Amino acid sequence: MIELNQVSRIFSVGDQQVAALRNIDLNIAAGDYVSVMGPSGSGKSTLLNIIGLLDRPSSGSYKLDGGNVTALDDIQQARVRSEKIGFVFQAFHLVPRLTAAMNIELPMVLAGISPEERKVRVAQLVDNYGLKDRADHRPDQLSGGQRQRVAIARATSMNPAVLLADEPTGNLDQATGKEVMHLLEKLVEQNVALVLVTHDPVLGGRAHRQIHMVDGKIVSETGRSE
Amino acid sequence: MRISDVAQFASGSLRGSPTRTVLMMLAMSIGVAAVVVLTALGEGARRYVVDQFSSLGTNLVIVLPGRTETAGVGPGLMSGQTPREITLDDAKAILRSHAVKRIAPLTIGSASISHEALNREAVVLGSTFDLLGVRQMSIGIGEFLPAGDIHETASVCVLGNRIKHELFGNEQAVGQWVRLGDRRFRVVGVLASQGESMGFRTDDLVIVPVASAHQLFNTSGLFRVLVEAKSRDYIEQAKKDAEEIMVLRHGGERDVTVITQDAVLQTFDRILTALTMAVGGIAAISLAVAGVLIMNVMLIAVAQRVKEIGLLKALGAAPAQIRRLFFAEAALLSGVGCVAGLVLGYAGSFVIGRIYPALPVSPPWWAVLAAVITALGAGILFSVWPARRAARLDPVTALAGR
Repeated sequence: MIELNQVSRIFSVGDQQVAALRNIDLNIAAGDYVSVMGPSGSGKSTLLNIIGLLDRPSSGSYKLDGGNVTALDDIQQARVRSEKIGFVFQAFHLVPRLTAAMNIELPMVLAGISPEERKVRVAQLVDNYGLKDRADHRPDQLSGGQRQRVAIARATSMNPAVLLADEPTGNLDQATGKEVMHLLEKLVEQNVALVLVTHDPVLGGRAHRQIHMVDGKIVSETGRSE
Repeated sequence: MRISDVAQFASGSLRGSPTRTVLMMLAMSIGVAAVVVLTALGEGARRYVVDQFSSLGTNLVIVLPGRTETAGVGPGLMSGQTPREITLDDAKAILRSHAVKRIAPLTIGSASISHEALNREAVVLGSTFDLLGVRQMSIGIGEFLPAGDIHETASVCVLGNRIKHELFGNEQAVGQWVRLGDRRFRVVGVLASQGESMGFRTDDLVIVPVASAHQLFNTSGLFRVLVEAKSRDYIEQAKKDAEEIMVLRHGGERDVTVITQDAVLQTFDRILTALTMAVGGIAAISLAVAGVLIMNVMLIAVAQRVKEIGLLKALGAAPAQIRRLFFAEAALLSGVGCVAGLVLGYAGSFVIGRIYPALPVSPPWWAVLAAVITALGAGILFSVWPARRAARLDPVTALAGR
């Protein structure tokens, strides 16, 4: 489903050229559970941003569901993000003035889904993620674990094919981190492709495929490969 | 994204920072209120002056004997003739013009007026029933001169308010007889106190039928003929007709002068309208300032909400959607500020109207419209740049909050 072919990303810092990604080849299928590990500065987050269409490769091609998405313009990319990609961030990134339910609703609001349908889907998601008695609370009234649950509910509200998680447990204690990981892994069973960026080897080891990056290159891949 | 959702999101983010929102709306509303109040004052002054003029009688054309301007030396002047006087028939002839609604001939003289032992000098005005309407006088007690032919004499008179008080005190005057020169006149009415207009104090006048005045003073010429045109549009026509009729009746000689009151009035009108517009324009500058403030605040909002914008992009918001959200926010801000300003402005005008009841304070519709358009225009125009800046943010750096 995701096909990266010789993808490079070069940043210009002053008059210097810094390569964050060098000639990455990567295929990820639906239902894959891939962890990307490596020291900081190895390019894991850049890889995630490129897969999530938040960043464009400097060279190489990226095909999503067979279509070349690097050639799309901003508006088309926004639509692909809306329909196929979900993000979960380390810092949760909830809108502070909106309630949990409204945060979950946000991607559907942006996609122009009717209020009636939104209501049904939000109720469903709130229920699925055990946020029923927290739905009307604002993020600052929620615990870290609850916030990340809201973020995951939001990321899945448009039923994406790919879920991109950048250190989703980074701001959580171990117990809630585990709980969040279970929620994410449950999505893999529903055939969602999960890409998990982490520098925690224990966490990364849970994935079916583990990719190690150093200096913008994939140095090794372990686990099941398809 | 649905319009209702855009509006809801924008109002939500405005409510998210109430202090900023309230201050912005305050700036906007003060600007709008300033325009409304200042133009209301200017317009009030203009209407005040116009009202003062129309209290002299509206759409007035005045015919007076003699030619005040020099237009060559006519044969009359060569032979030492004085200009021919305007007779009652001349005045009546002016009525033939279809542009003329009514006329009031005026003869003026002074005579002693006495009642019982009291006696004083008074200005006696000879005229007809129509004078009441032409000069917009009003009767206090009793009635005005009887309507009838211009040549009809009648021994009746109408007293000015002060004359009545001097001769009769608090007694009933209507129905009593007074002596005017060597004739006796019955008082039929007393004018309402009106003050000075066009050089006369109507309070000191005695008005009698014009034909009686001619007998009293032993003359046949008129001092003035007041001509009322049918409407403002007919003034020029009435002036021309009056001139032509007089020339025709005076054997081809142009020996009367015709002036219009409207010319003076129009000049005042123009000056005061220009003044109102100038004051309104100055107030509009404050609106432009409010617009710049809105831009500043929106730019700050973009900077403060960089993460949120990055998030919206990650969640699938297109650049146009981000622009629309910020646009809606600015439009809402200036819209509500505008409405508040109108309320404030009208309230202010109302209060000023209460303090100075003589001034007809009411903001002119064009100024209100201009204020609203300027306010909304400035608010929306000045949000273009911040909205574009928000839409162009790079989502990766935005999410990182850098």
